[in-house]
Amino acid sequence: MTDAHRKILVLFAHPALQKSRVNRALIRGLDVMDGVTFHDLYERYPRLEIDVRHEQELLLQHDIVVLQHPFYWYSTPAILKEYQDLVLEHGWAYGREGRALRGKILLNALTAGGSEEVYCAQGRNRYTVRRLLAPIEQTASLCGMRYLAPFVVHGTHALDAAEIELHRRDYHRLLEALRDDRVDLDAAARATHVNADIDAIVRTHTH
Amino acid sequence: MAAGGFFTQALVYLTAAILGVLVAKRIGLGSVLGYLLAGVAIGPAVLGFVGAEGSDVMHFAEFGVVLMLFLIGLELQPSLLWRMRSAILGLGGLQVVVSTVAIAAIGMAWGLAWQVALAVGLSLSLSSTAIVLQTLQEKKLMRTDAGQSAFAVLLFQDVAVIPMLALFPLLATLPRHVEEGHAPGDAGWVSTLPPWGETLVVLGAVSAIVLVGRFLVRPFLRAIARTRVRELFIAAALLLVVGIALLMDSVGLSPALGTFLAGVVLANSEYRHALESDIEPFKGLLLGLFFISVGASIDFRMIAQQPGTVAGLVALLIAVKWLVLLLLGRLFRMGLDQNLLFAFALAQAGEFAFVLFAFAIQDGVVPVDVASLSIAVVAISMATTPLLLLFYERIVRPRVGTRESAPRRADEVVEVNPVIIAGFGDFGNIVGRLLRANGIGTTVLEDDSDRVELLRRLGFKVFYGDASRLELLQAAGAAEAKLLVIALDDLQRTHQMVKSVKQEFPHLRILVRAQGRVDAYELLESGVERVYRQTLDSSLTLGVDALRMLGFRAVQAHRAAATFRQHDENDLRELASMRHDRPAYLSRARQLIAQLEELLQSEVRDSGPVDDSAWDAESLRREFSEKSA
Repeated sequence: MTDAHRKILVLFAHPALQKSRVNRALIRGLDVMDGVTFHDLYERYPRLEIDVRHEQELLLQHDIVVLQHPFYWYSTPAILKEYQDLVLEHGWAYGREGRALRGKILLNALTAGGSEEVYCAQGRNRYTVRRLLAPIEQTASLCGMRYLAPFVVHGTHALDAAEIELHRRDYHRLLEALRDDRVDLDAAARATHVNADIDAIVRTHTH
Repeated sequence: MAAGGFFTQALVYLTAAILGVLVAKRIGLGSVLGYLLAGVAIGPAVLGFVGAEGSDVMHFAEFGVVLMLFLIGLELQPSLLWRMRSAILGLGGLQVVVSTVAIAAIGMAWGLAWQVALAVGLSLSLSSTAIVLQTLQEKKLMRTDAGQSAFAVLLFQDVAVIPMLALFPLLATLPRHVEEGHAPGDAGWVSTLPPWGETLVVLGAVSAIVLVGRFLVRPFLRAIARTRVRELFIAAALLLVVGIALLMDSVGLSPALGTFLAGVVLANSEYRHALESDIEPFKGLLLGLFFISVGASIDFRMIAQQPGTVAGLVALLIAVKWLVLLLLGRLFRMGLDQNLLFAFALAQAGEFAFVLFAFAIQDGVVPVDVASLSIAVVAISMATTPLLLLFYERIVRPRVGTRESAPRRADEVVEVNPVIIAGFGDFGNIVGRLLRANGIGTTVLEDDSDRVELLRRLGFKVFYGDASRLELLQAAGAAEAKLLVIALDDLQRTHQMVKSVKQEFPHLRILVRAQGRVDAYELLESGVERVYRQTLDSSLTLGVDALRMLGFRAVQAHRAAATFRQHDENDLRELASMRHDRPAYLSRARQLIAQLEELLQSEVRDSGPVDDSAWDAESLRREFSEKSA
């Protein structure tokens, strides 16, 4: 592994991980993946008392930030909102002098109970996941970060173990490709979700 | 016995024990073999330090077996015993019957009368509870499938001795051989009763033990514990066992069986661990003495006269019993490695054979020459057990491989809790309840017997005893636990406990309650990582409420307390190291207090651990007004 690799910070938020099937599978092995820092926010801050300086330090040390979480009310669990409110300070993340996050990459990796069909203009949820994530995409934009389409696992309640394993492989493949700079970032930014056609986005070899 | 004689004997036995076990352990053999060899060494055959009184010593030392059965009973709750019933009756019963038949058949082929052959078969079918259990425990094999089955078989054998003794007079073919009838089980007055009377007396004795154990022992021990004189408790524990042993002996039952029963009755009581830890050393010493006397009693003169016969008989006995055990293990679906262990462990004859042969001679069942030859065979077969197990461990098992199918029966004998709580006052109580409510088992130790009584009535499973004693912790399962919560009121004892636990159970993670700041300093200094000041959380909660009553928003008060807490914890650790230098300590403490106050009062709290300045950023307002200007 060379230094040229990009460093990934996975900000993981699940307040009831003990009950989660899919997220538990997705994070398995992340803590030992090369170039990845796995950061379990609810484990570190059970009372939501976020150590802002520490979090800013971590953000500075990484090139890619992944917000991994279940999709709660078309958004993130509460701690990620608290995190944005407190860590992305004016004068640091945004504002005239706020440049700390410029050029970094941001994406969501989320699990949703609803199927892909209900997340569309004709569906029950009326919007795609990507559109519902607009506040985060805009946050990235204000901070000068590059926002990629989310990695979405749809229909989690109906997945069996084999299907979950396939999603885990896709997710880890994506993270490794991001780390090794093997992702077509333009294609990834355009997609509705990054794992819709992962083969089109991830290159097998560095060019 | 003269005092000089007693001390000389004690010197011989103790020296032999220490040297024997020391050497045996050093070269990788178990303590049982060490004791046996020590016995051989001081016996008439080698050094001749002990002679005729050897068998007296053995009778005295048999009390060690009684104590051992009591301790085993203490670890075995009635419900667990009930669950083992098929193993005890089925496996145990078949072992005794099949081995007896096989040995008797060989005896008859040898030319013995069927009555003599049957008596020999019965006596030799039994195995040695003392050697097997001690060796298995030492090798930590009691919880395995084989260990459990061996235990079940031994338990059945202990019971089977009684009907065997009753049967012997019926087998008599020779004139009664009257000698001093000092052996245990010599129930003079009971045997004069008619059969129904005998049965009644036996039933009465057993129910007396159950009833007394259930209703009288606990208040009695509580009264003793209240005096807080430790040796009085030890004396009471020994008295209990001696009393039961005597009662059983007087009605012709096995004392070991009676104390085992008493142990089972007391297994659920709060005094279980205290009794265990107090009796353990006596058991160990007496059992050692017992093994020494077995070693010393091996009659080498007889062996020297017919070495070939003795060796052949020992080999034959072990081979026959081994084969029977192996087949039964097969029948009861044991895994191959477990089955082999089971067979090797129980293939010897046991100490009950000594008793049975003594009776057989006395009742005129077995001729003296057959009996003494058998006794020599028994003693040697006992001595070979540790060697056989060593052979199994080093040579057989590596070839067979360990195929223990998950320790599925692991929890049957001893309940293992991951957490031990020492001290169950208000503090320990809350910790214990929180854990229990989340399905975590805790073993609670408390040395205030009145409190134990109260908590038991409230439904808590609390054990009496001084948790700072290592033996008690051992008995409470410290070797298997993961966490130790210390919430003792006495700082001195807490320190002592931390120190010894770190040494003896380094795997245990220790969480300590500290009464206040000064205690916390001392504990931190002694290397405890997790120190919890008992007043910190509640005083902060009160402080938060006070702030709110004075008009602070709840979130603000709460986060201020969080900041305070973090700072104070950090400061505590910093100050702990410098508290011996009084002036430096005071000035640094003043400085830290001032820093914290400043931080909490400042508008922009950008250096605190709980920083929420971004919720309403001054800089944002400034930038905005500059832009619009």
